[in-house]
Amino acid sequence: MANKTKQEWRETTLASALKRAAERQEKFETSSGLEIDTVYAPEDLVNFDYTRDLGYPGGYPFTRGVQANMYRGRIWTIRQYAGFGTAEETNQRYRYLLEQGQTGLSIAFDLPTQIGYDSDHPLAKGEVGKVGVAIDSLQDMEILFQDIPLDKVSTSMTINATAPILLAMYIALGKKQGVEPANLNGTTQNDILKEYIARGTHIFPPRPSMRLATDIFAYCAEQVPRWNTISISGYHIREAGSTAAQEIGFTLANGIAYVQAAIDAGLDVDTFAPRLSFFFNSHINFFEEIAKFRAARRLWAKIMRERFGAKESRSWMLRFHTQTAGCSLTAQQPHNNIVRTALEALAATLGGTQSLHTNSFDEAYAPPSEEAVTIAVRTQQILGYESDITAVVDPLGGSYYIEHLTDSLEKEAGEYITKIDSIGGAVAAIEQGYQQREIQDSSYRYQKQIESGKRTVVGVNKFVSPYPKIVGLLRVKPEAEKKQRERTAQVRKDRNTSNVNQALKRLEDVAQSKDNTMPAFLECVEAYATVGEICDVLRKIFATQKEFLVF
Amino acid sequence: MNKGRIRVLLAKPGLDGHDRGAKVVARALRDAGMEVIYTGIRQTPEMIVKAAIQEDVDVIGLSILSGAHLELFPPIIEGLRKKGRENVLVIAGGIIPEDDIPTLQQMGIKAVFSPGTSTEDIISFIQKEATAK
Repeated sequence: MANKTKQEWRETTLASALKRAAERQEKFETSSGLEIDTVYAPEDLVNFDYTRDLGYPGGYPFTRGVQANMYRGRIWTIRQYAGFGTAEETNQRYRYLLEQGQTGLSIAFDLPTQIGYDSDHPLAKGEVGKVGVAIDSLQDMEILFQDIPLDKVSTSMTINATAPILLAMYIALGKKQGVEPANLNGTTQNDILKEYIARGTHIFPPRPSMRLATDIFAYCAEQVPRWNTISISGYHIREAGSTAAQEIGFTLANGIAYVQAAIDAGLDVDTFAPRLSFFFNSHINFFEEIAKFRAARRLWAKIMRERFGAKESRSWMLRFHTQTAGCSLTAQQPHNNIVRTALEALAATLGGTQSLHTNSFDEAYAPPSEEAVTIAVRTQQILGYESDITAVVDPLGGSYYIEHLTDSLEKEAGEYITKIDSIGGAVAAIEQGYQQREIQDSSYRYQKQIESGKRTVVGVNKFVSPYPKIVGLLRVKPEAEKKQRERTAQVRKDRNTSNVNQALKRLEDVAQSKDNTMPAFLECVEAYATVGEICDVLRKIFATQKEFLVF
Repeated sequence: MNKGRIRVLLAKPGLDGHDRGAKVVARALRDAGMEVIYTGIRQTPEMIVKAAIQEDVDVIGLSILSGAHLELFPPIIEGLRKKGRENVLVIAGGIIPEDDIPTLQQMGIKAVFSPGTSTEDIISFIQKEATAK
């Protein structure tokens, strides 16, 4: 006899099955500890309203996707984050990736570039070219894009505290190549708030940093209209150990802070909102991740329309980049990482990502080797061109489980936003260490789950076996640092010093006024002032910021 | 002062901001009854040596994910030696290629814990190797 309701089924069919054999776990849970039921049915979507909650792709609230036909037109952009050593070496890697069918570039900068020190600064010792490419002056940027025309690629730059400087360099390089700023495509991460929360490459205190961020919004709205001015990032929040709900809750709360700051600076919401973009993690919890992307889209659409009164449909759209979870990679049996990454990449595409980075299997040891990165690119190509998953938009839409999870995640994330609002917004909450503390608690809980065996990590706490050492790991040559220091010394010798001083002086004046800083940054980089010199000016005016909550 | 408790300085040399591991280890060591001082990110070798001496620690745990370990660890070991503190147990963790581990051990890093290490392994290693004053 068929059961008529879920309750009846639970009491009869399920109960007798459980009597025969207990389940593998006492409880099944999402990343944030919400209990997962055995099966989902119409009863789990009691207030579900198709038009209100889902609608059709390309229309409000965009739950099903931001474009009407999604990957049927063009698949997501394959965009591998890459950069190491000197500009010459990274240029080689970019050209290799483009030859392999990658469709967008993503620059990894080294830590000194991100934190505003030149390669010859004492604090840069040992760090030059390690986690990304070293860029000190416009000359490095010219070498980085040798034979790569800027009107033919879109370029994402993972750059935050020094974002205006690197964006200025990109614009200046475009001009040198004969490409108008209006024809440049790309993204600056420019998301300083998550640096205080999770990533740690901040330089200045939050308020002047927010002003630099919104200066980019305003400048690009007029001069570089196709530029994604910010990539509001949950990726690093998740990597630091947050749950899925915290990832979207904290990220959208940061988004709210940027929108509010720009409105407070006098910008009309519909002039800058269409160029805001997002960046999320795709972790190993497959269904929860798909639901997370859908929930984030719906929540942001509501925030933009209802809270900020945005009128343009493009202002309501949450467009996002995804990277598979670096923290899910294991050093043990590293080839298993290829499978993990494929699963996470599948979740990102079923969740409707606009672009994707797949991690390489050797990244628990070093930045990816050419062999490893090729497999990562091929993984995306198999998904995109071989598997047919691209033929249908939001194929899991309407699944009782996915819709239920989407609702729960939206609700949970919404509660974090309410909590942050009650503290006084994202900046005030960061200053009090709220998000940082929440993340620390989640990451410790996660670690305990692994160590107690409650959460399985294959090859680490279960199915442990010997594995061969990876050969051919990428090593950044120590000569890179020396070469880079020499080049920067040469640039300082060759440039016109009075032009540099004049440009830096103008930046100093503008930074202390209310004027947009971008033209002054552009003048500095065109005079070949270095990242370190420009940041020294700003450090003097804005001061520097330590971590808000150490432990 | 809690005499007899092992004192640990957890430090992040270099410029990388990845502090998840350091914070998880800090909490686990504290839960295991050790006294833990965590420096926060962006520490120079000099700052770490100074903190270790000021705090009079028995153990230093270095966490690094930027790849600058071969450049930044030697001055820490050297600094401790100059101050007559070669008895401090120095251990490390992070993204460190296996090939570098023998080099690090030779210079005086007693153990390198790779990703996936259980905090219990770190705790028992410290309890075995370190002696509280």
